[in-house]
Amino acid sequence: MTNPTPGASRREFLSTAASAPLVAGAAAGVLGGEARAQTTTGAAMAGGQVLVTLKVNGQTHRLSLDPRVTLVDALREHLGLTGTKVGCNHGQCGACTVHKDGVRVLSCLTLAVAAEGSEITTIEGLADGDELHPMQAAFVQHDAYQCGYCTPGQILSAVACVKEGHAGSDAEIREYMSGNLCRCGAYVNIVAAINDAKTKMGA
Amino acid sequence: MLPFAYEKPKSLDDAVKALADEGAVPIAGGTTMIDLMKLYVLQPPKLVDIGGLPGLGEIEETDDAVVFGALVRMADAAEHPLLKSDYPALSEALWLAASPQIRNMATLGGNVLQRTRCPYFRDTSYRCNRRVPGSGCDAIGGINRLHAVLGTSETCIASYPGDWAVALAAFDTEVDAVSRAGKRTIAFADLHLRPDDHPERVHALKEGEVITHVRVKKTPLGKASTYYKVRDRESYAFALASVAAALVMDGETVKDVRLGLGGVASVPWRAREAEDGLKGQELTPETARRAGETAFRDARTYDHNAFKVPLGVETVVEALMSAKTRA
Repeated sequence: MTNPTPGASRREFLSTAASAPLVAGAAAGVLGGEARAQTTTGAAMAGGQVLVTLKVNGQTHRLSLDPRVTLVDALREHLGLTGTKVGCNHGQCGACTVHKDGVRVLSCLTLAVAAEGSEITTIEGLADGDELHPMQAAFVQHDAYQCGYCTPGQILSAVACVKEGHAGSDAEIREYMSGNLCRCGAYVNIVAAINDAKTKMGA
Repeated sequence: MLPFAYEKPKSLDDAVKALADEGAVPIAGGTTMIDLMKLYVLQPPKLVDIGGLPGLGEIEETDDAVVFGALVRMADAAEHPLLKSDYPALSEALWLAASPQIRNMATLGGNVLQRTRCPYFRDTSYRCNRRVPGSGCDAIGGINRLHAVLGTSETCIASYPGDWAVALAAFDTEVDAVSRAGKRTIAFADLHLRPDDHPERVHALKEGEVITHVRVKKTPLGKASTYYKVRDRESYAFALASVAAALVMDGETVKDVRLGLGGVASVPWRAREAEDGLKGQELTPETARRAGETAFRDARTYDHNAFKVPLGVETVVEALMSAKTRA
């Protein structure tokens, strides 16, 4: 199999590699009776799995998940939306930041089943077709990243920071972006990008 | 995480019934629960998701109290106009805590029950009386820079890490709780338990009992209040020392005062003796420092946290002088 772009083939490899063990793991869970999910008033259950309806970037997805699956794992491993990153996986770094009903949250500390009924927006849902969101464009223009791993979380957090009205000054931006760590240290350019984007966002 | 059953009741009544099952615990924002479940520190067999329950997400004023629904998000309370104008310490303790994302998730009911950040509690390869009763404490004699100097015991020196509860401790606060046994009200000072011989018991709630409201009695102390927090980095860090200070002044003289201490004690700490010593005194940096010294008079320090005593004293001074500017 040849692929014209190295990026696409890597992504394809990752999605193929990730899905196989997951299916096996899920089956073992059901057969072993480990997932002791019960019938509830609020979420449908099927065997050891929970039926979860997730609305992500305007699309509705129906998934059968172990209740332990976090939102970030549902996005990445089950929906193939790998833009959202796992950093610390303990709510300390902000790489997994998404919007839930318009509000920025940490998808690594959110159970997927608890996100049912909410509108989730990830980095893949921010652009308008081929036109980047003003915050994405500003990050590019201001070189507001180095390795780029924290960038999707930074951008989702930055959009929310502006919408909340917490981008009034450099100091306020720093305070209200403190939940997103950048170990390359691109903070100076991130602040510049947010200052730039906030005017274009009409804030 | 170990497997668990998950239930999402639609009403508080259903939630209370679901919580009556053995080992069932409530989850709302999940910021503490999921973190500690991933670390295998908490292993609940059943989660009852109360995050979407109706009727517990409002902040309301009654004639004599400000009443917080247990499911109000930290961020929403921090921005509430009533808190900003009449109880700034309660707003500041919220927005100086955690990160914007966590404040959007975490609820007030869960926030006051936040577990310690003691690294030995969070790592199952160490001994911890709080996690495994009777196993020992690796913090005593270990790296204990972040640990408490007030209200500790021979079995546990972990500090209470939260901020909002420290501000609540400075006011007359109660929590309403409900279980299958019915409703009851708990004085905030009785909610958190000092470690003593049973550090595994961190709060006074019974199995299956859940907080529904936090009530702060209205007081003129609210206006001239502040929450002063000192930490290793400027934002998104737990307090090394923090002080909630609230004042009613008569000219230069302290008519009434409250002091809550955080980051330095096993539970949200009220410094009553320090308050009593200030009443009727002129408030100057010198009298404020004496109050701080009184607050830490009984401090017991360990290998790496002795710095918290002078730091705590200075934090009391800063908080009191800052609150005075609002009087």
